[in-house]
Amino acid sequence: MVFDRVQKSYDGETLVVKDLNLSIGRGEFLTMLGPSGSGKTTCLMMLAGFETATHGDILLDGQPINNIPPHKRGIGMVFQNYALFPHMTVAENLAFPLEVRKVGKSEREEKVNRALDMVQMGAFGGRRPAQLSGGQQQRIALARALVFEPELVLMDEPLGALDKQLREHMQFEITRLAHNLGITTVYVTHDQTEALTMSDRVAVFNDGRIQQLAPPDELYEQPQNSFVAQFIGENNTLMGTVKEITNGVALVELDDGEVIDAKPVNVSKPGDRTLVSIRPERVEINKDRLSPDAHLIHAEVLEFIYMGDIYRTRLRVAGNDEFVIKTRNAPDQRRLKPGEHIEIGWLPDDCRALDAR
Amino acid sequence: MSDAASQTGPVLSADGKPLKRSLQRALRAQKLRALALIAPLLIFILVTFIAPIADMLFRSVENQIVSDTLPRTTRALQDWDHKAGQPPSEDVFAAFTYDLVAAAERKEHTRLGTRLNYEMTGISSLFRKTGRRVDDFGETYMDQFTQVDPALERPETWMTLMAAPDWQADYAAWDAARVAANKAGRDFDQPAPLFRLKAGVAEVLPETADAYAEFARLAQTENADNPADEEPWPPVFLALYRDLIHVGPGAIGRLDDASQAILAPAHDAVETFETVDLVDLYLDADEDWQNPQVWATIQAFAPAYTPGYFLSSVDLKQTPDGVAAQPEDQRIYVMLFQRTLFMSLVIMGSCVLLGYPIAYLLSNLPMRTSNVLLILVLLPFWTSLLVRTSAWKVLLQQQGVINDVLVWMGIVADDARLVMINNQFGTIVAMTHILLPFMILPLYSVMKTIPPSYVRAAKSLGATNWTAFWRVYFPQSVPGIGAGCILVFILAIGYYITPELVGGTTGTFISNRIAYHISSSLNWGLAAALGTILLAVVLILYWLYDRIVGIDNVSLG
Repeated sequence: MVFDRVQKSYDGETLVVKDLNLSIGRGEFLTMLGPSGSGKTTCLMMLAGFETATHGDILLDGQPINNIPPHKRGIGMVFQNYALFPHMTVAENLAFPLEVRKVGKSEREEKVNRALDMVQMGAFGGRRPAQLSGGQQQRIALARALVFEPELVLMDEPLGALDKQLREHMQFEITRLAHNLGITTVYVTHDQTEALTMSDRVAVFNDGRIQQLAPPDELYEQPQNSFVAQFIGENNTLMGTVKEITNGVALVELDDGEVIDAKPVNVSKPGDRTLVSIRPERVEINKDRLSPDAHLIHAEVLEFIYMGDIYRTRLRVAGNDEFVIKTRNAPDQRRLKPGEHIEIGWLPDDCRALDAR
Repeated sequence: MSDAASQTGPVLSADGKPLKRSLQRALRAQKLRALALIAPLLIFILVTFIAPIADMLFRSVENQIVSDTLPRTTRALQDWDHKAGQPPSEDVFAAFTYDLVAAAERKEHTRLGTRLNYEMTGISSLFRKTGRRVDDFGETYMDQFTQVDPALERPETWMTLMAAPDWQADYAAWDAARVAANKAGRDFDQPAPLFRLKAGVAEVLPETADAYAEFARLAQTENADNPADEEPWPPVFLALYRDLIHVGPGAIGRLDDASQAILAPAHDAVETFETVDLVDLYLDADEDWQNPQVWATIQAFAPAYTPGYFLSSVDLKQTPDGVAAQPEDQRIYVMLFQRTLFMSLVIMGSCVLLGYPIAYLLSNLPMRTSNVLLILVLLPFWTSLLVRTSAWKVLLQQQGVINDVLVWMGIVADDARLVMINNQFGTIVAMTHILLPFMILPLYSVMKTIPPSYVRAAKSLGATNWTAFWRVYFPQSVPGIGAGCILVFILAIGYYITPELVGGTTGTFISNRIAYHISSSLNWGLAAALGTILLAVVLILYWLYDRIVGIDNVSLG
């Protein structure tokens, strides 16, 4: 499954998808993540055949599929609102793709039953979609997309309408199914937790381009640019200027004059403006755990929030009032008090100097 | 409150009263307010819509005019057997005479004639002709009675014979009050006390008393005369003759002295009177009176309620022998009902065929374009119905635009121009055009609610464009088709103006016939029956639709 320099425009003036290059491996679970309007759904629709690429090729198993109509592509799809046919029962919904493929009646029934069992909905074949809860409808939609054994399944924000608990449960089930059946899955979402927990790889979309394509851990820990760093997870940012780069460590002078260590990611030379990014849980308040020559920086505690498993503390650091740190709730962990002045630091690897866009 | 208490008895509210009652009380105020809000409309509808419909339903069976106008005749005819093929006895003719003279005086005999003429042609003129003469029937007896005693011609004599003394006193008092009021220049609108018979006279002289009382009351009500000043009409003397010839002298003796004195000489002389055959008098007026069919018709329609109008509506008629079919050349209504149903169905079908693609297009276009197109769909509503229908006349007639174009293109010969108007084709074309928006609008509003993702899902599951449409899109648009069909069909089945203008003779609907009976033939009973049947047909079809398709499957979006 390959996107080769694909472009898409609806009105002939602006490109919704700009130069998309992406290849998806067999059996892979790939998530397209991005804010709304970033072009991820358009990509999915081009893949499904409901939109045609303005430029470039989409290849499936090496064959261009640009001119193949949707019904011949053999791609399963789960829609945002499930799109279960309201006038058919659950079993009829599942039988539909088999019927149009002229599968015999007995085989059809067997496959429908197997698909229903697969999503633990075996008893619901005779019901109408309207008689099912959101989560049940979701399972049926999934079963319908899988019942004709496609090699590729597309999912367009399938969990958007479910409540949090159900969503987490379904995330797990979808990944389990996808891995058990070994099908290639392209999953579109704007929910980063979903993307991180479910995917083999995540493609972060913004402004019609893929900003970063990486496995979840890499995406979280090593964002390639400031958009990804800010979009994925919680993130503290500080503006500064690169002073020097030595041995893969950049010395960054923040705007209030303090100097910190950072790992240069996409800054190249001293004098570059940079946005320094650090995850709240990687900030260290205990000096003993840092190397002796680490740069420390002064902070003032503004707010302390007890969240059960963690403490969340808001600090003022280098003029930034929204600097957040998260510390584990452990017996030896100190609870900071508002107004307290402390020193904080971090490992240079955890602090990434990114572009200042 | 303990759980045990709430489980054993009815659920109680906080103040210990049953919860149901508390709830009802709480809701009552709401209900009353809702009722108050709809009350003006409700009253308006009741007065201007429900009441006329109820009146129409009533008119379709109501037939009191016969028994009201001919009370004595219908009573007298009860024992007459029409199957014998003979005209009824002279008693019936006598009863008919008293009825007819009263009806003629009230000028109701022509209305009755018209009513009975619906059932048997010719009765109308029979009644009209005879009505002019009937107040002379009995003149022979009047002459002979006056020869015996000239006093019998005088009103006072009849007052002595017939009037109740207390009525005379009442009347005198009323008259005095009236004169006094007139003198004083005051308005006087008290009604005069209605004539009352003297006690006992009706037992001895039943026909005379009845005929005279009718005469006296009519003189009061119709002409505002004092019966004491009026000479009775000849049929009263006919009645007197018939009574006196039947009663013995002993009967006369049961009357008071004054009456005995007046009637004794007449009673003695009556045997010697020259007699007139009453039937001959009628035959003199019109030969048809000896036709038993005429009397049979009166007898058959004597009851106050009749299925006759309904039977006529389905090409049957009520005869004295029961229900029979109308003659072949007068059967029209069943055919008209069938034609109305058939053409309404054709119009409905054409509307679906023409409207569905348009609605589909509208619902799939971007909002701005579809709004413009929707205005085009609604454009006909801004033009008068009459103008649109007339436009079709211009287009479709033989010298019209379409024929001219066809002739010009050489498709149709000039001498073989197509007949497209004043027939069923014209009606169907014009009505399809007029009713099309009623199909498109519900279709559009239903299609608007079908998300495009259904068809996409179907295609992604492997369905071709056609299968996706037919298996997934179409079933979901059926409620719109249902709503459109019901709207168009029910509007079409009662349509009047368009068939009237472009229907000619073969393209008219039952509604045109109803209008004819309302405004031209004035047979409102038949019009009401036809309308009732039409209403029933629509309700039955609606019920069938509900059974087959389900009314829940109808949606206006």
